[in-house]
Amino acid sequence: MDKNRRNFLKVAGISTLAGLGGTAVVDRLVGGTSLAQAAADSGHDVDQAKGAQGHGEIPSSSGNRYGMIIDIKKFQQDPSLGEKAVQACHSVHNVPQFPDKKDEIKWIWMTNFENAFPTSSNPYRDEATAKHQLPILCNHCDQPPCVRACPTKATFKNKDGIIMMDYHRCIGCRFCMAACPYGSRSFNWRDPEAFVKNANHVYPRRTRGVVEKCNFCDERVGAGKQPACVEACGESKAIVFGNLNDPDSEIRKMLKENHTIQRNPALGTIPSVFYIV
Amino acid sequence: MYDSGKIIPGLIIFVLFITIPIWYNRGTAASVPKPVLPKDAKMCVLPAAEIRSEHMKLLNTWRDEVLRTGDRGTFELEGKKYQKSLMLTCMKCHTSKKQFCDTCHTYASVKPYCWDCHIAPVE
Repeated sequence: MDKNRRNFLKVAGISTLAGLGGTAVVDRLVGGTSLAQAAADSGHDVDQAKGAQGHGEIPSSSGNRYGMIIDIKKFQQDPSLGEKAVQACHSVHNVPQFPDKKDEIKWIWMTNFENAFPTSSNPYRDEATAKHQLPILCNHCDQPPCVRACPTKATFKNKDGIIMMDYHRCIGCRFCMAACPYGSRSFNWRDPEAFVKNANHVYPRRTRGVVEKCNFCDERVGAGKQPACVEACGESKAIVFGNLNDPDSEIRKMLKENHTIQRNPALGTIPSVFYIV
Repeated sequence: MYDSGKIIPGLIIFVLFITIPIWYNRGTAASVPKPVLPKDAKMCVLPAAEIRSEHMKLLNTWRDEVLRTGDRGTFELEGKKYQKSLMLTCMKCHTSKKQFCDTCHTYASVKPYCWDCHIAPVE
């Protein structure tokens, strides 16, 4: 083949085109995959897709999935209930009481309606809602963003659907706190030892540099008891705890009978805590 | 040998100097620890030699089983049922952290972080 300028330009042009578009074509032909399948290969996208449609559907998980219904009306009728529930939880779990609000540790706490449900509040609230507070806690999401963020698997979903913390593994990076859209997690900036009053001697406290949060009273539920906050509300049934995967459970009956809302369901985290407004 | 008058005393001083830790601490060697064993319990969860060398592994296994797998099953020992728990099982017999845990841990200069969170029995 004689080397003239015309032939050189032809070869160079074809090579350039092959280099630009060829790899994609070859990949498609060799792999035999479509774009949809390529997207499905990355697990995170699947998780997100599931989560996005999630709040309309019942997630299909086997085993137990513990959940909670909080009746806001009962907390409005008896304002002392909230304090009782918070007190019961924090004393059972040795939650420290720091004098400085910046160091505050909370597992369950009372807050205003507009803070708990920023997307469903409006400026013309009814009096009861404006005046009273409601308890909020970790939502024990079915699609927990904190678990995905944790680099050490210190936080994980256990077989009962409870989002647990293994404080032995926590390195205090606080990724989970950034990931949690509900602010359910607190960081121990200081050693809590001196700030736990009347420690409960059958449950550990935490140490400086770990993140802590509500554990749905896994240690009590595992022993066949009700969570401390549920027990503190007593006969009022202001908080009801149960297995969401059991169609005959009390919580499922209550969910059937009442209109309930979740905190920010649009995020697709599928919270396990429901509120009767 | 040239300068032996300087070299030999120098060597002696050097040897004495680098062996300071040996003769300075002579006679003060800590005695082998004698942890106080519980009076009423005869048997531990494992045979003595095994529990002595493996107790830290056992505690980790218990923690993983209870916390991670959610297996809170009890085990039986001399007709009594026990939970897999440091605070609720070990420390119920070994009621003194100072006289039991600390004796060996101090001797071996190990600092387990158990008690950063777990609460030792009141003494």
